[in-house]
This record gives sequence, C-alpha cells and structure tokens, in this order.
Amino acid sequence: MYNSPIFKIKIFSILRVFAVFLALSAFSAPAFSQHDAPGHGQEAHETGAGEEKKFEPSEVILEHIADSHSWHLWGHTHIPLPVILYTDKGIETFSSSHLDHGHYAGKYYTYALEHNKIKVVNAEGQIDEAATKNVWDFSITRNVASMWLSIILLMVIFISVSSAYKKREGKAPKGLQSFLEPVILFVRDDIAKPNIGHKYARFMPLLLTMFFFIWINNLIGLVPFFPGGANLTGNIAVTLVMAAITLIVVNVNGNKYYWKHILLPDVPKWIYPIMWPVEIVGIFSKPFALMIRLFANITAGHIIVLSLISLIFVFKSFAIAPVSVAFVVFMDVLELLVAVLQAFIFTLLTALFIGNAIEEHHH
Amino acid sequence: MELVTPEIGLVFWTTVSFLILLAILGKFAWKPIMTAIDERERTIEEALFKAEAAKEEMARLTSENEALLKQARAERDVILAEARKVKEQIVGDAKDAAQKEGARMIESARLEINNMKAIALADVKNQVATLSLDIAEKVLRKQFEDQGKQDQLVADLLKEVKLS
Repeated sequence: MYNSPIFKIKIFSILRVFAVFLALSAFSAPAFSQHDAPGHGQEAHETGAGEEKKFEPSEVILEHIADSHSWHLWGHTHIPLPVILYTDKGIETFSSSHLDHGHYAGKYYTYALEHNKIKVVNAEGQIDEAATKNVWDFSITRNVASMWLSIILLMVIFISVSSAYKKREGKAPKGLQSFLEPVILFVRDDIAKPNIGHKYARFMPLLLTMFFFIWINNLIGLVPFFPGGANLTGNIAVTLVMAAITLIVVNVNGNKYYWKHILLPDVPKWIYPIMWPVEIVGIFSKPFALMIRLFANITAGHIIVLSLISLIFVFKSFAIAPVSVAFVVFMDVLELLVAVLQAFIFTLLTALFIGNAIEEHHH
Repeated sequence: MELVTPEIGLVFWTTVSFLILLAILGKFAWKPIMTAIDERERTIEEALFKAEAAKEEMARLTSENEALLKQARAERDVILAEARKVKEQIVGDAKDAAQKEGARMIESARLEINNMKAIALADVKNQVATLSLDIAEKVLRKQFEDQGKQDQLVADLLKEVKLS
C-alpha cells in the first residue's frame, strides 16, 4: 500500500503531531484554566485598561496563530476587515472596526468580540451563547484576506508564466518561468506520474494548484509582518477543506477495483462485518491524516517561533534576545524547508491516494 | 479546543476561493503551461530522434562509402592483376612466337646454307674438274710439245710396266 519512504514521512509526521500536541497542552493548560474562571473576559478587559497586564505567552501565541477579525499592522494600528454574519433573521455586514471598542448594535443583534470571536450580547450586556449559535460568521477574516492575497499572487504569477510559454513557444524558459518550470516538472514527474500512472494528466491542475497554494501560503505565513503573518495553512478549517477535496476527488474517481477492495475484499465472507467499518474508516482516515499533518506541522512551526520570541518578554531582558533571534532564524530556515516539504507531502499523498483509487488490477 | 475546531466561515471561503483558483489556474495557467511543456518536450524528443536518425544515416553513408571504396579498391586490384596476367601472357606469347620464328628462320637459313653449299660445292667440283682438265690439257700440251719427252714418257711408262 505505502512504499517505504512515504511511510517514513508518515512516522516522522506522526511524531511531529505528538510533539505539537504536547506543546499545545503545555501551553494551553494555564490558558484554559484561566478561561474556565467565570467572567474572566470582562476582568481581563477591566484590568487591561487600567494597569500593566502580566505577559502570558500562551495567550499571545494562541492569539497569533488563531484567526482574527482585523489585520494587525503595527502597535495599535489594525486594518479593519468586513464582518459578514448570517443570522436567523438575515444577513448582516459591518466593519470590524465597530467591534474595537466594546459592543456594536447591528440590525438584528448586538455584537461583541470575545477572544476574536463574534458573540451576541443581550440587553444586560452579557454574552448570550444561545443566540450566538444562531449567528454564523462568514466574515472576511485575516486568514480569508491572506488567502485572497495568496490567490491573487498565484494568479498573477502563473498567468504571467503561462503567457511566457505562449510568447516564447518552444524556446527555453526564462526568468520566473525558468524558476517555476522545474517545480511544475517536479510535480508532474515525481509526484503525479509515479503515483497515478498514465492517467496523470487529468489530475495535474488539482495537484499543481494544491502544491502551489499550500506552498505560497506556508511562505506567506512565515512573513512576520503585514501582509504576512496569517497562519492560514496552520488553520484546521483550511486543511479540512484541502483534505475534503482530496477525499472527494479520490472517491469520485475510484474505479470498480477500488470499491471492490473496500466492499468485497479478498477475505472470508464472515469477516466482512469487521472489514467494512475498518475500510470505511480507512476512506476517511487517509484525508484526515493529511488534514492533521499540514495543520500540525505549520502550527507547530509558528508556535515554536512565537515561543522563542516570547522568551524575551518572559525574561523581560534584552540579553536573551540574541539567543532567541538566533533560534528563530534557525527555525525560520527550517520552516522554509517545512513549507515546501509539507506542500510536497500533501500533494504526494493526494496523488498516491488517487493512484490507488484509479489503479487497474488484472486478476 | 478552539485551535482544532474548524470555523464555518473559513471553511466556506476556503472552499469557494480554492475552487475558483483551481478553475482559473486550470484554464488560464496549467492547461497552456502543460500543453507548452508537453509540446516542447515532444519537439525536443523529435529533434533528438531526428539527430539520432541523421547520425545513423551518416554512419550508414560512411560505411556505404567505405564499402564502395573497398569494392573499388578490390576491383582495381582485380583489374591490375588481370592486366598483369594479360601482359605476362602477351609477353610470353610474343616470346614463344619470336622463338618459333627465330627457330624457323634459323632452320630455313640452315637449309638455304646447305643448299647453297651443295650448289657451291657442285660448282666448285665442276670448276675444279674443268680447271683440272684445263691444267691437265695444258700440262699435257706443254709436255707433248717436245716429241722426245713424249717418247721418253712412253718409254718410262713402258719401263714401269715392265718392272711390275
């Protein structure tokens, strides 16, 4: 099923996932214990306004890797982003700048931000969780804006490259074209062809889009200031969508051998009741692993970098800065590698799953 | 955990955006790029194939030329050898003919010589006979001019006859 190098990558990734969860639990334990305290949000607001707040690295890190309704530029300057809410009473749109200072009375409800989430506030000024459940948040958040930026970049880059192919037809590639052609050929010759076989051409657009989308968003995520910094590929929603696309493409293209292998495997009939759940879990576990792997790898990188930076503030000393910066530079270089590696693995495994699903067996 | 809970908004926008990106890049980027790359690869492959074919053709021509040259050389050798043989034959024939002619001429010369010798000898014999006769006549005439000598001779002869 899996050839050995991929299996190694899997083990490596699983180790990383465990490492991330260890790191997450270590960081989040204090944060969540605080969140459990009733009315903590408001307390924080009150104390934050008054005296100097104690530096909480876990809070800062989680805030940085989570999505946000405004795009931080510098200091206290933010770019407000549009809020789009689908409520049970209708669609509501307003600028997130209205939520910067307390509550905003919209058309249907009154809203407030709590931990960068939009909540409905009732008449008494308390957060109304029941009413919040009726409000679906389709806002253009920092991640969405960053994703659109990456999409515009991808379109500009590849449409210009494609026009270069038209202009310089049959000639050797030049400039950006010559930088990207080996990557495109890599996706074709080392990802698509060996895993999918001769029917690879149909899946090339998907694999190329996936590869470059993940790669460029990983890279944009590494840029620490505007317009980078959004942790898009480290967001479970994004990796969920990517993995779901893999799931759908694999199963829509699965041929009779693929389905026979799942529904009527070559085992005695009485084992079928055991095999079916296993195989059906198998259908979902493969894309699920893709989702977790990408999310965990990218988030882990962000957490490590932010933790190293946080050290400076935890120790409240400039002396630690050179050490932190040295480690951060090391991590950033490593993350550059991880950025392309994760894009590669995601695309490779997608190609492998597609290849398994469309493989012709001759029994 | 907040971190691993997908938000509906981002799921929605990612799905929409990614599918639009896929559609646009698929139509305006990947299709032309892949076609161009395939086209170029095919052209290069064809060019390589043609170059290989040309090389083979060249090699074939060279070997053909060489074969021709070899054949020509062999032919030349054969012709030369034949010419030499013919020359030798001609020379040999000429020699034979010359020898035969010489021998014939020598033979005929010998015959002629012999004939001539015989004739000359006969002539000489005749002349010697004539001369001898003449001399004998003249001697006789001289000897018998004197009657006394004739008588003496007759007497001598008679004497001799008597003796024997």
